[in-house]
Parts: sequence; structure tokens; C-alpha cells
Amino acid sequence: MAERSFKAEVEHLRLGEGGTFTGEGILALTKALLENGVGYVGGYQGAPISHLMDVMADAEGLLGELGVRFEANANEAAAAAMLAASVHYPIRGAVTFKGPVGVNVASDALANLSSSGVTGGALVIVGEDYGEGSSIMQERTHAFAMKSQFWLLDPRPNLPSIVKAVGDAFEMSEASNTPVMLMVRIRSCHVTGSFATRDNRKPALSVREALSAPRSDFKRVVLPPMSYAHEQDKINHRMPAALRFIRERGLNEVFGPEGAAIGIVVQGGMYNGTIRALQRLGLADLYGATQVPIYVLNVTYPLVPDEFLEFAKGKDHLLVIEEGQPEFIEQALGSMLYRAQGTARLHGKGAFPMAGEYTGTVMMQGIEAFLKAAAPGMLPAAVRAPNMDRPAVPDLSKTVPIRPPGFCTGCPERPIFAAMKLVEKQLGKHQIAADIGCHLFGSLPPFEIGGATMGYGLGPAANGAFDGGGERRPISIIGDGGFWHNGLSSSFTNMAFNKSDGVALVVDNYYSAATGGQDVMSSRAENGTKATGNPISKAIKGIGITWVRQIDHTYDVGKMRDTLIEALTTKEPGPKVIVASSECMLNKQRREKPLRAKAIKEGRRVEAPRFGVDEDICTGDHACIRLSGCPSLSLKRLDDPLRDDPVASIDQSCVGCGNCGEVADAAILCPSFYRADVVHNPGAWERRWAAVCASVIGWLQARRSARRLSFDA
Amino acid sequence: MTDDILKLAILAVGGQGGGVLTGWIEDLARANGYAAQATSVAGVAQRTGATIYYIEMCPKGPVAPVFALMPAAGDVDVMITAEMMEAGRAIMRGFVTPDRTTLITSTHRALAVSEKMTPGDGIANSAEVMAAAEVAARRVIAADFDKVAVAVGSVISASLFGALAASGALPFAVGAYEAAIRAGGKGAEASVRAFHAGHAAALGPAVVEAKVAAVAKGVTGPVRLLEEWQGLVARVDRLPEAVAELARPGLQKVVDFQDLAYGAEYLARVEAMLALDRADKGHALTREAAKYIANAMAYDDVIRVADLKTRGSRQARIAREMGTAPDKVMHVTEFFHPRAEEVVGMMPARLGARLDRDPVWQARLARWFAKGRRLRSDGLVAYGMLYVLGGMKGRRQGSFRHGQEVAHLEGWLATARGYLATDYDLAVEVIRCRRLIKGYSDTHARGLSKFDRVLVGVAHVAGRSDAADWARRLREAALQDEEGRALEGALQTIASFA
Repeated sequence: MAERSFKAEVEHLRLGEGGTFTGEGILALTKALLENGVGYVGGYQGAPISHLMDVMADAEGLLGELGVRFEANANEAAAAAMLAASVHYPIRGAVTFKGPVGVNVASDALANLSSSGVTGGALVIVGEDYGEGSSIMQERTHAFAMKSQFWLLDPRPNLPSIVKAVGDAFEMSEASNTPVMLMVRIRSCHVTGSFATRDNRKPALSVREALSAPRSDFKRVVLPPMSYAHEQDKINHRMPAALRFIRERGLNEVFGPEGAAIGIVVQGGMYNGTIRALQRLGLADLYGATQVPIYVLNVTYPLVPDEFLEFAKGKDHLLVIEEGQPEFIEQALGSMLYRAQGTARLHGKGAFPMAGEYTGTVMMQGIEAFLKAAAPGMLPAAVRAPNMDRPAVPDLSKTVPIRPPGFCTGCPERPIFAAMKLVEKQLGKHQIAADIGCHLFGSLPPFEIGGATMGYGLGPAANGAFDGGGERRPISIIGDGGFWHNGLSSSFTNMAFNKSDGVALVVDNYYSAATGGQDVMSSRAENGTKATGNPISKAIKGIGITWVRQIDHTYDVGKMRDTLIEALTTKEPGPKVIVASSECMLNKQRREKPLRAKAIKEGRRVEAPRFGVDEDICTGDHACIRLSGCPSLSLKRLDDPLRDDPVASIDQSCVGCGNCGEVADAAILCPSFYRADVVHNPGAWERRWAAVCASVIGWLQARRSARRLSFDA
Repeated sequence: MTDDILKLAILAVGGQGGGVLTGWIEDLARANGYAAQATSVAGVAQRTGATIYYIEMCPKGPVAPVFALMPAAGDVDVMITAEMMEAGRAIMRGFVTPDRTTLITSTHRALAVSEKMTPGDGIANSAEVMAAAEVAARRVIAADFDKVAVAVGSVISASLFGALAASGALPFAVGAYEAAIRAGGKGAEASVRAFHAGHAAALGPAVVEAKVAAVAKGVTGPVRLLEEWQGLVARVDRLPEAVAELARPGLQKVVDFQDLAYGAEYLARVEAMLALDRADKGHALTREAAKYIANAMAYDDVIRVADLKTRGSRQARIAREMGTAPDKVMHVTEFFHPRAEEVVGMMPARLGARLDRDPVWQARLARWFAKGRRLRSDGLVAYGMLYVLGGMKGRRQGSFRHGQEVAHLEGWLATARGYLATDYDLAVEVIRCRRLIKGYSDTHARGLSKFDRVLVGVAHVAGRSDAADWARRLREAALQDEEGRALEGALQTIASFA
């Protein structure tokens, strides 16, 4: 069960001809796939397209009605490989994953697919995770399109343009026998808006029907000599067909007046930001009518030389707005201009920074810099000669703390890292390699456990050089998502085959949690269409690793610590694997909270646990926080002039996971913590016994109070 | 130009419901004849990190307007920040400008990990952000919107929506806002309550929480003890007011810890210090001594913990914090992990000293006592045990631990007195170093070692004109990190010149 449910929104996907859809980008994408007769869909979750996978999963009923097959692929490579169905069969297929990391994983399949060429439209929707909010290395997917020669669409970021791009992409793919990638940026995925809907279309040939009439053609196989022919075909036929299609269908757009001496070339996705800067400079209106001509590249690969040169004709200055680096488009356009003996000056990187996201501020400054150089007369007076008298705002950079992401309240991974920190205190620092997923937050304060990540499913593989062992064993950490994505083969068979002496810790939280709580093979939840309930430890034993410890309650910090120490010190040869399993608290609460509220309402007995701190006992040393970092465990300043430092305090968001108590015990911290279980709807006997205890305790308290002074606060 | 477009940005911490608030604002605009567009950044930022949401709107025209997908510096009309430091972040990013921005911020704090993990006080200064906001924004609406929402059983997104309505920054009637919440369905009633609470809080005067004095409002007990107490209070009243201010809570703390005689002992120590003090320095030495001697005398031992855990007032407080009535059934589990040291500490001084030196006995005691114990203090057995422990005050002053504490206390005061003749300010700083000793077990040991290291450093700089300043720096360095890396650095600096 994914973190966010789209069950209600999915109903809007049934809208037909003449309807209006209002909602988020990812839903619009799904609707567009259905309107274009897609035959199969798949992908692998990851921001910013996690929700696209969730939408498709929630729409499985509707997809079934239309005869569309949905696969939640094991990883991006599997998703891209699925597009093989479009090689021989005239079936449209679409898969989605994040870029560029997903494209990295998928690149083998994408390269083969691009070489073979396709018959049915093959579409990859890639969510470009770049700039603010990104969780990965900052690179471009663009390079993959260039190296494998598949086409890259980067539509203007509004719903009608995105929806149109899906249809264009399928047709372009079929017209040029080449897979097409549709790139959507983080914000475009979640941008809201409206578009006019059309009827959903069943695929002309369904994947089921295709199985009844199988096809094959050795000319499509990537083996010599066909592979040489594929390369020639790309250059001699597919590329020209694509360029023709782009021109004939007018996929790229030109806005603004003809005959101006300057112009802007912009990636489709950067169009709105460009217009906004022009609006602020008084050079465009609310509806995008611009005084500066703009050539919008809704297709960023391949570029259309004659179309570009026509735009450049008669212009003295051109600005290329291209986010990210290297600046592939600018280089290509420069080369086109040079070969055509063009005289226009090309601006781009320089006016704009080479690296980093093109935020509103960067766009404004870049376009301003360009206009100052190219057409200063167009700029408003205030920009030409700034005469602003802004009051100086105090510098807050030393005041405002950074707020990186971290483990949620009650996260079952927190006690694992608390245990690792205790192990570190006891046995010293170890070589630690981490993977991708929530557990990577363990590398941040307060834990600072682990120092590198080499990719999804590659945590233990990243310790390969240390497999031979030494005085202290290397430790690697991997999540259940990473384990099933790629980890079993790339990391664990690697360890087993090379007789690694290392320790691998699998953090099993029952979901692909960091991407939004999608089910994986080892999820405990029943899933009607997916095979869940396959224990990770069984898979590990299956590849011949014998030292495997399963921990079913990660909150037992003492046990976690002792198991880790055992793994680090045992004399047994071979890989040492610990599978630490407890359910992701975010998902658990989402599942259990309504059930608990209902039970309380119905008068059933429910214990609601929560932790607290005795503030008179807490000395304000914050040792507990250095082993937790839980959002609900915070500090509070006391109104006590005798106390200098704020004391620990637990707020009402505490879910009573138990980590505080366990850590206080395992690390021998202090006796300040207590757990209070409020009993809702206790039984009659229980209530009576509690009353007896309370009266005895009350008598004892009164007895002591009578013999001493009491100060009420 | 873009003056026709209203631009709103929301900066929230993951889990605060920024997405819900964005949805309401968007629905509100659309329902009232506006074209609107919202964007957000999903991803790991939502896992407790800072997240930004952005909305643009303008009256619906013949064609769709071109909206931007992210806020730009200097181009935001309404900036909503769901936490005080996020307001600071918004100001730093240039989203708050005096020509146009209405800043709506909650003044409450969700502390960042870096603020919480410092052994000392690492909490960022909200007043600095507020001061910057007053300069940076055209208008500031600030209140604890988290508190008002929680008070009516809802979350901050709804109270901030109320504050937005109250700001009048958008051309919609309050009723339209409420309708937008109700259109959302689920949980609407609680949200509407919080909406109104937020609306009222935004219009109300900025509430500055008054600090309450820590001296108890009332003292109760047997008449004989009360009379004796009054005698001690009278002694405090005769102290200079600067000293009495801290001696009053100090006296209360030590009497609460032990008894009235112990309180008298405390006052004797304070008065002895006063006799050496200087009026021209405002009795700074005794003032600090009144504070830290009380803390040192009311050390954290097993008896104190057991006593505090078995009081009636504690039970009432827990019930209040858990939002239940004291007569409701509630289980309370305590987490204890005694060590051999605590057991030895409770023994009579001579026996304790012998066992403390004997590794065989240490190991034996550790085997017998040292392990994690979870006690149900609402049950008769565990409560009884804690009650008995808490009642062992009579034996405390003869215990091994007490002897250790007294020796440490006297040594510390003697050190301070030693500097008094030559460097008054340094003596005051030495008194303040007592702050370093806190926590239990390992943390306590680390605190003691930091205290010792600081005093060694102090000895090195003593005699210099800036010695007091160095002492302060050493103490502050010691409070920066757990391992004492900053302190080590400061000590090395001293070693390089002293």
C-alpha cells in the first residue's frame, strides 16, 4: 500500500470527450497514456515520478478494463526491458522512472532498444530529479538520449502541453522507429492545471492478443552484422524521419514578433520561467505575449538545424536557456551557426551560471544580463540604472539552522543506528558503506554512520575491496527496496561468491519506504496483484550465505547492538548478514491510527503508548538526543533560574515506538524517561484493581507529604 | 507585467500539512473565479526536512495565463512559514521583501537536530528572526499557530489558513475560505475550528509569553517545619537582592532534596561566600554561588530520582500531559539501568569506599544489580520499592556518594576562593563551571572530566588580564560537543601561549 492513495483521483481518469480534467501533472500524464491507446505500462518508483507509479497501481482496475497490462517492475532496467514488446509488435508501451539515476540503471536496455528500433510507440517518462528537493547527484538525462540516439521531449510545463507531448511522443516513436523519452521536471510532475479530455482508447493490439500471434525478426537482434546496420539506420533513416516529424507537426514553437534583432532559445521546461522573467522586465504580458522572440524546444534531442537557422536569421544576439551541464544544446546550436556561417552572437552559459538549478532569481538575472549586453534599450529604466533603497536585512545565516531530511517520528531505523553508534563506542569506528533509501539519513547527524553511497542495491558491493577482511570487519547497509531492486544479485551474490568477510545489515521496513511506501517482494501486506511475503533472509540463505540473523523488532536496541557485535567478532568465515525488520512507522500509523480510533469509539480496550520525560530528573545533557534525533523528542526551556540548559521534552506527536526507553537502558543514559500507556475502555476488574493500587499509593503519598514540606510549582 | 498575479509561497517542515494548505488555497481561488496553479517539491525533503509549496493566481481571463513554477526572490506577495526558523529561511532566500510581502509565520519552534544535540544550549534565537522579519516584510502576522491548532484538536495547516484569511492579502471573504475547507470533506470540522482559532490569533495582539518565577507559589507541610522554613526564608531575605533572587529557589531546591537542616547548611555556604564578596561587583560571585551550590548540593542520586518518581504531583502531571484524567487507568513504565557505582554510592561511606576500590566486589555488584529494569510504577510492587528508596534520605548524608559530592563541592569552592584575591572575575567564572557537571553514568563522568580539564586550563591562564574571558571560552567550548573536541582545541590554543 503506497503512502498516498489516488483512488479518488483515479476516477477522473474515466473522463471522456469534451470533459475537463483538473489536477496534478502526473495524473494528466496517466490520462494521456490512456487516451493514446497505450497497451502496457510499467516503471520503478522514485521522486518525482513515484506518484505516477502509485496512480497506475491505483488505476489497475481501469487499466484492466481497457486491456492494459501494468507491471510494477523490479527496477528501471526491468522497466526499460519491458519496452521490448514494442520492438516487434505494433503496441504502444510506456514506462516511467526517475532520471538520471533510473536511466543509469536502465541504460543497458535503453541502448539495446534504441539499436533494435521499435514498431509500436515506446515511451519512457522520466522525472528529472534536478535542483531543489532532489535527492541524487546532479546530472542530466540528456546525455543518454544523445549517446543511444533516442528522442527527448521536454514540453512546456502546463497540463495541455504535457498531455499533447504524450500523443506526439507515441507518433514520433512510430514515425521514426525510435523510442522517445518524455522528460518532466520535479515541479512539472506536481504542477496543477486543467486540460480538455478525450475518450480513453483500448490498444489496437493488446499484449494478450500479441501472445496469440508471436513475431520475431533476427534483423532486430543486436548482433553483428545487424548491429552495424542498426547504427546506419539510426543516421540514415530514423533521425531524418524524426526531424521531418518535428517540423511537419510543429512540435517546437516560436512566440513573439518577427524581425527582431534578438531571440531566446529555451528548453520547453524552462519556458514558464523565461516568460516570468520577461513579465517582470515588462517584456511579456500575463498570457505570455512576448516582445522578445522565443524559440521553444519542446524536443531537445534531436535539434532541427534548418528550423533553428530560420529562427536565427537576421538576429544579432541569441540567448540559449539550458538548465544543467554540460551545455549540450548550446554547443550543438553554436556548431550549427558556425557551419552555416551565421553571424549572430550566441549567449548562454556566461549570462547564466554553468551549474545549478535555474531558479526564478537566476532566470531574472540571466535574462537581464543578456538584454544588457544585447538590447539595453529594451530594459526598463529601473533595471538599467538601479536606484533601490532597500533597508538592510540582518544576516540570519548564522542563526537559521539547516534542516536536512531525517528519520520520521518512531522510525524503526532509528534504533538500528542508535545500536550502531553504541557499537562504535564499544569497538571503535568501522568502514561503513551505505545504500540508497531512508537509511542513508543515518549518515547525517546525530548518528553520522556511513560515509558513501554508490547507488541503489550496491551498498554491500561498495565494500568489495574490503571483502578480504582485516582487523575490523567492514559493514554495509542496504534497505529492503535496494535489496530487491538490484541488491540480491549485485551485492549479495558478490559477497557470497567472493567469500566476503564483511557484515551486511539489511534494513527491512516492509516497503520501498523512501519512494513512498510501495510494496516490495518481502512486504508483509497482502497485495491482490503482487507476490509479497517473501522473506529476505530466505533469499540470502538461498544463495549460500549461512551466517544470517533475523531481528523482528528493531526497537530492541540491546539485541541489535549485541547481534552487530556478534557479527563483527564471530570466527565464522564468509558473509555475515543481519536482517533487521520492523514496519515503517509512517505507513504503520497510517494503517493503524484509524483502526485504533474506531476501536476506542466502539468501546474496545485499547492501550495508547506515549513517552515522557521527567523534567526534574533530566539534567539537560541531551545525550538521549544524540542517540535519537526523533522529531518528537525535542527540548524545552524551563522557567527555573537555577537551570542553564534546556531539558528534553517529548511532544504529543510521539507514537510510543519505544526507542527512547530502549536507548536510555542500552546506553545507560538516565532514568528520566517513562512510558505512559493510557488504557481506553478498561475492563471492570482492571478498573477496580487500578483503583485499589491508586488508593494505596495515594495513602503512601499522603503519609510522606505529612512529614515534609511540599513546594507546589 | 505580473502585478495581476498573486504569488504565495509556503515553507513548511515535512509533516506539517503544507500540501493540504496548498490544496485549500488553490480550491479557494478556483471557486472564486480565479485561475490558479500550485506546485510542490515532493521527495525526501518531506521526511522531516524543509519543503516549499508555491501558488499563483489571477482573475480568470479569456486564455490561460502563464504562471511560474517556483517563487523568485523579491517577487512573493504572501509568504507563509509554518515555523519560526523557516521564516528566517524565507527571509534569507529573499522571498520576503518590504515592498510587497505579507509574512505570515508561526512563532513556535520545531528544533533542528543540530540545535538539539548540543550538550549545552544550542537553540537558535527566534528574536533575531523576528527582528529581521520586521525589517524585511511589508507586514508581519505572527502567532503560535501550532498551539492554537493543537488546542482545538487539529493541525497547523488549518490555523495558518485562518491567518491567511485574517491577513486580507487575498480578495476573498472569510466564508469562502471556510467553504474551501468543507469542500475537502474529511476532518473538516476540526479544521474549521482551527481555521477560526488561527483567524483570531492572527488578528489578536502578539502574545509574548511571560516568564513565571520559579519560586513555589505555596509551601505546605507540618506547622513545625513551616515555622523553621520561615526562619530560613528570613535569612535569605537579609541577603542582597541580587543574591536572594537565586538563593530563594536554591534554598527550596536543597530543602526539597533533603531537609531543612540541609537548607541551613546551604545558606551557611552562601553566607560564607558573601562575606568574601564585593558590593562594587554587585555580589556577582555570591549570586552565581547561590545558584551553583544549590545544584551541586542537590545532586542526582538514586534517592532523589526515586523520590521524584513517587510523588503525587508527578502522577497528576503525567496524566495532564497525556491528556487523560488522573482517575483514568494508565500504566507508567520507568526505565532504570543501575550500575554498581550507584549501589556503592548508597552504602555507608567507609564500606562504600572499600568496595569502590575492590574490583572483585565491583564485578559482583554489577552482576547482581547492573541490568536494565523496567518498573511499572503504577503497580504496588514497583511503587513500593521506589517509595522505600525515595524515603532513604535519613541515610543519605552518611553515604559514600555524599562524601564524594561534598569533597568535590568543597574543592571547587576552594579553587574559586583561591583566585578571588587576585582575579575576582576569574573566581566567578570558576563558580560557573559547575554547569559542566550533569547527566548520569557515562555522561556524568564525561562532565566531571570536562570540568577538571577546564579547571586545569584555567590554572594555566590565571594571572593574565584576560583569564576570566578564557575561562568563559573554555566552558562554552566544553558545552559544544559531547566528545570535547572544541574544548581540546581551546586548551591547545591556551597551551600555545600560556
